[in-house]
Amino acid sequence: MEAVSDITSQAGTALPLLRIDGVGKRFGGFTAVDGVSLDIRPGEFFALLGPSGCGKTTLLRMLAGFETPDSGRILLNGEDVAGTPPHLRPVNMMFQNYALFPHLSVRDNIAFGLRRAGMRRAEINARVAELVALVRLEGLEKRRPEQLSGGQRQRVALARAVARRPRLLLLDEPLAALDKKLRDSTQRELKALQRTLGLTFIVVTHDQDEAMTLADRIGVMNAGQLVQVATPRQLYETPRSRWVAEFVGDINIIEGRITTREAGRLRLTTGGAGELAATLPPEFGDAAEVCVAVRPEKIRLSLRPPVDDPAGGAINRLEGTVRDVGYLGSASSYTVALDGGASLRVSLANAARLYADAYAVGQRVTAWFSPDDCIVLDR
Amino acid sequence: MSAPRRFDAMSRFNVAALALGLAFLYLPIVILVIYSFNASQLVTVWGGWSLRWYVAFFNDEAMLAAAATSLRVAAVSATLAAVLGTLAALALTRGERFKGRTLFSGMLYAPLVMPEVITGLSLLLLFVALGMERGFWTVTIAHTTLTMCFVAVIVQSRLGGIDRSLEEAAMDLGCGPVRAFVAVTLPLIGPAIAAGWMLAFTLSLDDLVIASFTTGPGSATLPIRIYSEVRLGVKPMVNAICALMIGAVALTIITASLATKLSGRRGGNAAPM
Repeated sequence: MEAVSDITSQAGTALPLLRIDGVGKRFGGFTAVDGVSLDIRPGEFFALLGPSGCGKTTLLRMLAGFETPDSGRILLNGEDVAGTPPHLRPVNMMFQNYALFPHLSVRDNIAFGLRRAGMRRAEINARVAELVALVRLEGLEKRRPEQLSGGQRQRVALARAVARRPRLLLLDEPLAALDKKLRDSTQRELKALQRTLGLTFIVVTHDQDEAMTLADRIGVMNAGQLVQVATPRQLYETPRSRWVAEFVGDINIIEGRITTREAGRLRLTTGGAGELAATLPPEFGDAAEVCVAVRPEKIRLSLRPPVDDPAGGAINRLEGTVRDVGYLGSASSYTVALDGGASLRVSLANAARLYADAYAVGQRVTAWFSPDDCIVLDR
Repeated sequence: MSAPRRFDAMSRFNVAALALGLAFLYLPIVILVIYSFNASQLVTVWGGWSLRWYVAFFNDEAMLAAAATSLRVAAVSATLAAVLGTLAALALTRGERFKGRTLFSGMLYAPLVMPEVITGLSLLLLFVALGMERGFWTVTIAHTTLTMCFVAVIVQSRLGGIDRSLEEAAMDLGCGPVRAFVAVTLPLIGPAIAAGWMLAFTLSLDDLVIASFTTGPGSATLPIRIYSEVRLGVKPMVNAICALMIGAVALTIITASLATKLSGRRGGNAAPM
């Protein structure tokens, strides 16, 4: 897989707070991070997303100073900090398991970094009171971490990490330890806190919903390389590679061969879905063997084939039989076995309460989608 | 299952076995303590309650000197063992995986199972070869080698339960590596070190074999002194001294186990999940 360089695409915008320049790290024979380059703007909420073992945590630990890169530079405000030990960096980290000091109270945990910075007692008291109010822990200042719930511990860890007003806050799977309900509300709080404090956040997560909800931009990592950096919408709608398309969200991939190519429109022959029309993506190379990717919610089902769009020509119409129906509440997920042999996953919103759009197993249907909804990717 | 129910479930056989076991372990000690309050001149004849043998002990200069030597040896060797044992435990749990680490930990624990006669004899040979005059310091060094492995075992098990990221968090919040250790790790392993110190103290206080190999004139420890007295016939005063020693040892062991419990409770919640 080819790595992207984010630096060129960013040139000219605000001066980066953090520039990661060709950073690599090996552990023995294993390459954990492989030549990653990335710019982070001030005030940005950035997410590093990837499967476990992709190197995202190692990259974060290099930013915090717990690991030293083997190659490349880490520029914070233009200054190379790659060799600076953690306690001398204007960067703080929130640990995955929170790493609260068990022998100290909530108050002393939050004040820990302020004491080390040599602040005066009165200032420390004022700052701690402010932080306690910010994360809504009033009345719990004297408790030990063991006397707190999971959500409260998470907030103590957050308050402790932002106490020193770091230029950059690193968060390692900040919500992974919380249950789902709590995670949703905490996501909103985290985002609000980031805006209130005007800090730059880099969060590492393996949870794509979390990354999408929180981040302004997402960097997707795989096998030590940064494979795409994009806004959540770009990442979902225009993935750069087949791997990203399959990693982020649910998608149908149909392999095929380009037959004609004219006026921004491609025609393809596929093994399992017959003839397809797709919109030619900008900057597409001249590969003939490609795959077409369609998100399940972009596909419609109907009992009779739809007529062609009067304005824009062909619509892809595929005949098949419903094989499986999964009811998920807000939407239903259908598996359609196409007559051509391929299988399509289709997601339809349950927009009406009384089965307006419901299709049963064994029913003959037409699955249709527009050429604009096809993502054309190298195989 | 609740505690009372478990107790109900204990069969008569279990109760009897428990009583017999406890009696086997503690009856001799109870008898010794009772006889230490014996008014009679003879060890085996009961002559009513009295504190005379305790008074006699506190008037016996030689015995008191031996007791003082024992306490000094125990205190100094326990302190040395606590420092060295903690360092060894740190090297084993925190250090990079160095070559020969398994061998090192094996060698560290060898004194746990080594017969004391062998330890004593080998130390004696070493001191003679080095030309060291035997006395207070040779006993202290010998006891340190005996007891530091106990400290290392206790501290190592505690360190294993402490999340490594706690120290990283301290560094992240502005502590240098040493400062992070002092501010975070030391308070968490403190009770374990204290427990190790107390165990080392009692082991040193109790030891006869190694001390008799490595001591010199004028530095007899209390067990050596008692042993030489007993060879000439048991005087009831020995019972009184033993009762005092049992009291001292029991007190430190109870304190040590409380300290371990405390440290376990604190650390058990070190990792939130």
